[in-house]
Amino acid sequence: MDLDLILYFLNIPWVFLLWTTFLKSFIFLNLTIIVVSVTVFAERKVSAFIQDRVGPNRVGIPFTLIGGKKDSFFFGLGQMVADPIKLLTKENFVPGGVNKFYFWLAPKLVMIPPILVLAVLPFGSTLFGVEMTIANLNIGVLYIFAIASLSVYGITLAGWASNSKFPFLGGIRSSSQMISYELSMGLSIIPVFMICGSLNLNEIIDWQVVNGWLVSPFWPKGFSVGSLLHPADALHAFVAGVSLQRLLLWIPLLISFVIFLVSIFAETNRLPFDLPEAEQELVGGYHTEYASMNFALFFLGEYAAMFAGSGAIVSLFLGGWSCPLIPDGSHGWFWGLVNIGVFFVKVSLLLLFMIWVRWTLPRFRYDQLMKLGWLGFFPIALFNIFLTAVILALVRN
Amino acid sequence: MLLTAFWFFASLMILFGLSVVLLRNPVSCAMSLVMCFISLAALFVTLDATFIGIIQVLVYAGAVMVLFLFIIMLLDLRTEKSRRLNFGATLGGTLVVAAFLSILVQVINADPALSKALPALPPGMPTDVKMIGFTLFHSFGLPFEVVGVLLLSATVGVIVLSRKSLR
Repeated sequence: MDLDLILYFLNIPWVFLLWTTFLKSFIFLNLTIIVVSVTVFAERKVSAFIQDRVGPNRVGIPFTLIGGKKDSFFFGLGQMVADPIKLLTKENFVPGGVNKFYFWLAPKLVMIPPILVLAVLPFGSTLFGVEMTIANLNIGVLYIFAIASLSVYGITLAGWASNSKFPFLGGIRSSSQMISYELSMGLSIIPVFMICGSLNLNEIIDWQVVNGWLVSPFWPKGFSVGSLLHPADALHAFVAGVSLQRLLLWIPLLISFVIFLVSIFAETNRLPFDLPEAEQELVGGYHTEYASMNFALFFLGEYAAMFAGSGAIVSLFLGGWSCPLIPDGSHGWFWGLVNIGVFFVKVSLLLLFMIWVRWTLPRFRYDQLMKLGWLGFFPIALFNIFLTAVILALVRN
Repeated sequence: MLLTAFWFFASLMILFGLSVVLLRNPVSCAMSLVMCFISLAALFVTLDATFIGIIQVLVYAGAVMVLFLFIIMLLDLRTEKSRRLNFGATLGGTLVVAAFLSILVQVINADPALSKALPALPPGMPTDVKMIGFTLFHSFGLPFEVVGVLLLSATVGVIVLSRKSLR
């Protein structure tokens, strides 16, 4: 085959779209899986640090211990590989009396939604002129909510199909918890739409690149590396970025941010909201009867959901791939790669925050959880929408 | 491409619609209905009505059907006994569906303008979300608000009725 012919074929618009999309999906999915497995390891290390233990430090990388003097090679990073091998080689025990089909289906239904959410997350600006979003959907945010609302089926079906009391209670708890917090989560980000005027995640990030991250009260507009050298320019940028409207909008946006963040904790069943799998009350909750890789799918599904949720928070409130003083991908492929790195750094910091919260706060009681969702967040999120509307209508920029 | 997707999801929808009726396990029926809704959402997407498609998943598949499933599980409905085919009901159902289909075909054939697919968005409208918002709040402002008040009164009614002690 002629090289020119291949290049011509690859540049036909629909073929180009096809292979770039496949490549982007492949790379983003693999990066996500790597981050997820590192998060599982980090969870154990951070919990050990908080509880003043050492944590997993025995598993090294095979064939690197020549001489056998140090067995804490790379801080036990080999644990990340050892865990899945252990889970894959264990017996997949299925108890009698379960509904076989749904027992088999449920773990997959837990794993699929977080992966589908990745499709609309903008994980970078552009690289070689290709947009670093797998699907640039006009209503990306609503797509995330729609897919996240489907994730309740996996847990509910797992509880039901196990044909046992504790999993069933866990499944019931999780479905009521997820439905309750979906409401306040959906209402909490309406102020974001009102300010940005778009449901498209890429457009929301573009708005934040120009006008600043949504969680910040002011933003130095047009601040660049060049203006660092000239104090007058830097001062001018700061003064231009401060406005009364922006300062007032900071109040509702901060409320939205907190409600959305806490709701993500509840949606992913993380402590302090892990009532569906509360060990002291429900043994293991909905995954009590599961073993080997089926159990691991629940486990990894939780971390994948944490990743997807963090990605949504980063894109909506923390500026996505953007960072002050770093240009976007149109200035060269190097900056495109840096932008992807910035996105992953932000997501990793949020994941660390989630782990830290898990090992710091005690679990809520079930009625407290429901009270917080329905009597706390729901009315506050509604009031927040009105507050934003009033500020936008009365205070002009 | 979109046409192929349309036919694929249309047949998928009919398949799951049939399994809602034919399967005997209540949970399977509910899950088939969920799949039916998701295929319907995909149909909307192939017709450029992305917003309606997503709302279909969000409201029906994500919220309403979860409550259905919830209730099926709480009542612990067991698999129904396979019943004998009720000849009269089957005949009646077939007749109604056939009549509906024939009317539909006649309506579509009556006006030649209906045989041509129109674009989902009129020129000058950037997104379908904007289009729906514009239609609801501009052309149908008053009816929309009235429906809102109606839903609010229904919600208040439910809260009043579900209180344990009625005065």
